[in-house]
Amino acid sequence: MVSKLIDKYYRTDRLPHIWCTGCGNGIVLRSIVKAIDNLGLNKDDICVVSGIGCSSRASGYLDFNTVHTTHGRALAFATGIKFSNPNLHVIVITGDGDCAAIGGNHLIHAARRNIDITTVVFNNNIYGMTGGQYSPATPTGDKGTTAPYGNIDYNFDLCELAKAAGATYVSRSTIYAANMIIKQVEEGIKNKGFSFIETLTICPTYYGRKNSKGNAVDMVTHLKDSAVNISAYEKLSEEEKANRIPIGELYKRNRPEYTEKYESMMKLF
Amino acid sequence: MADNNVVLMQGNEACVEGALIAGMKFYAGYPITPSTEIAEISASKLPKIGGKFIQMEDEIASISAVIGASLAGNKAMTATSGPGFSLKQEGIGYAIIAEVPCVIVNVQRGGPSTGLPTSPAQGDIMQARWGTHGEHSIIALCPSTVKEVLDVTIRAFNLSEKYRTPVIILMDEVVGHMREKVELPNPSKIEIYNRKKPTSSPDDYMPYKVKDGDIVPEMPSIGEGYRYHVTGLVHDEYGFPTNDSSIAEKLITRLVEKIESNLDDIVEYEEYRLADADEAIIAYGSTARSAKSAINLLREKGRKIGLFRPITIWPSPKQQIEILAKKVKRISVIEMNLGQYYLEIDRIAGKYTNVTKYGSVNGELISPDEIISFIEED
Repeated sequence: MVSKLIDKYYRTDRLPHIWCTGCGNGIVLRSIVKAIDNLGLNKDDICVVSGIGCSSRASGYLDFNTVHTTHGRALAFATGIKFSNPNLHVIVITGDGDCAAIGGNHLIHAARRNIDITTVVFNNNIYGMTGGQYSPATPTGDKGTTAPYGNIDYNFDLCELAKAAGATYVSRSTIYAANMIIKQVEEGIKNKGFSFIETLTICPTYYGRKNSKGNAVDMVTHLKDSAVNISAYEKLSEEEKANRIPIGELYKRNRPEYTEKYESMMKLF
Repeated sequence: MADNNVVLMQGNEACVEGALIAGMKFYAGYPITPSTEIAEISASKLPKIGGKFIQMEDEIASISAVIGASLAGNKAMTATSGPGFSLKQEGIGYAIIAEVPCVIVNVQRGGPSTGLPTSPAQGDIMQARWGTHGEHSIIALCPSTVKEVLDVTIRAFNLSEKYRTPVIILMDEVVGHMREKVELPNPSKIEIYNRKKPTSSPDDYMPYKVKDGDIVPEMPSIGEGYRYHVTGLVHDEYGFPTNDSSIAEKLITRLVEKIESNLDDIVEYEEYRLADADEAIIAYGSTARSAKSAINLLREKGRKIGLFRPITIWPSPKQQIEILAKKVKRISVIEMNLGQYYLEIDRIAGKYTNVTKYGSVNGELISPDEIISFIEED
């Protein structure tokens, strides 16, 4: 059965999508759309901004205001859009390379400003669009086409980065826990401030194949087994934490939002 | 009453005045000498008129935010200088292919790289033309007085809205920092061009289709009910990416032609003492000021010399330069670089007349004496 969400929110004439067999991006995208549906938002009031890469192609499939920008700059474009029209719900779709490497500066500063943008990172641990080069999210030791002997870089903890930079809502989930993504995107959109939602997805074609991670089912199973809810994760010993990834709402705080602060400043005149 | 509107003003200040008259509602920038006053004055003035100012984390973020703001319906500008202009090329290319109106000011200083941060130069002439990758055309305007900075800035916004393209204002450090008397125009008497909004319903709207008789597609703002897709990829008339070679050819050709086939509207220039001239100088920006002084002194010595000053640097005033070239025995291109615009002038005029060049890259304004020596010796 075709999901009602597809007819309601997708540009059906743009389908099928370009993603490979077994790619997890569709699950993340569906979860974003489901969250929007649950919130009952008007499509005209939503602007989805994306960068460059596999995940960033998502914007073209969605029947919202959509802006497919340059590599890494989605948050900078989104800042201009949100600041110009604070009534819009601005959602940024980005990947680990797009957001943490070339767009890393924009990420930390959008978080620092606490501008009301909901950022959803599709983290597949690799540059997929260009054929499997290691990214800032490729675990140390894993292989990519540009790390044929294993990656010697340390990988980012993107959520810790966003939290330290000033985001007011930070969460992580996996495509196995799709319902959790939906809930987190809802919370992210509702949060009046910068929301950072990391979704761990899979790239069987490049990351999986290069690192003998098995097929898509094996990779999703691995995500299921390694992800632990934050409340349970905190109770684990340091040794037990080593190969586990905390998921859930990791951080929340109240802090005045950027466009509202600017509006207050304008009232001085 | 008129006297009340006469003020002493800096070039960078006049740029903001012009932008506000043109309807600028959004400025994003990053501090850089010698353009910083444009950001500072915008930061002070925009919140008072309901406009938005933001200091972004870098130059690329600034141009990106400006493009986003323009898509959301605000007239938007950013200003920079050499090193920042290099970084902005990425966004300029995006604004060209996605047809997003915006204004980029480059107050030129000595380069390459950090170069001579506080000294004037005109070294970015070719970067303005070809700085972003891929086949494209560009509009770049070059004022030489403070009052002209104001006028050119208004024009830059108008052209960007009319042709849905980024417009570059190429100032130089002298023009940016110089203070001159400016008679502020009455804003109500100034012609302001605003982008054409769609008249059709969202269902019938084709975001990248040019209607018969129009120059560019109609452009709604994000949030107005026209949910369309904007991309830096080659796209069809619906706005969606395509690899279709015939669509790619048609799109890129249209983007070039919308500028190149409207030179009469876009090209602006000044002719100074050229009526009876048998030789000419071509100079622009602050260099043109020295050229005028040199011409006056050379005229006193009996030489029939005049100045052709392009205000629209790109697209170049081809037709006018060709006419001039057929009339005079020599054209000398004077500029604060080692012959960038000379290449363009020689390309147009070289087959009709003798084209010579004089340039300097020492961070000093070229003096009338230098120009006179060059004209008399060469």
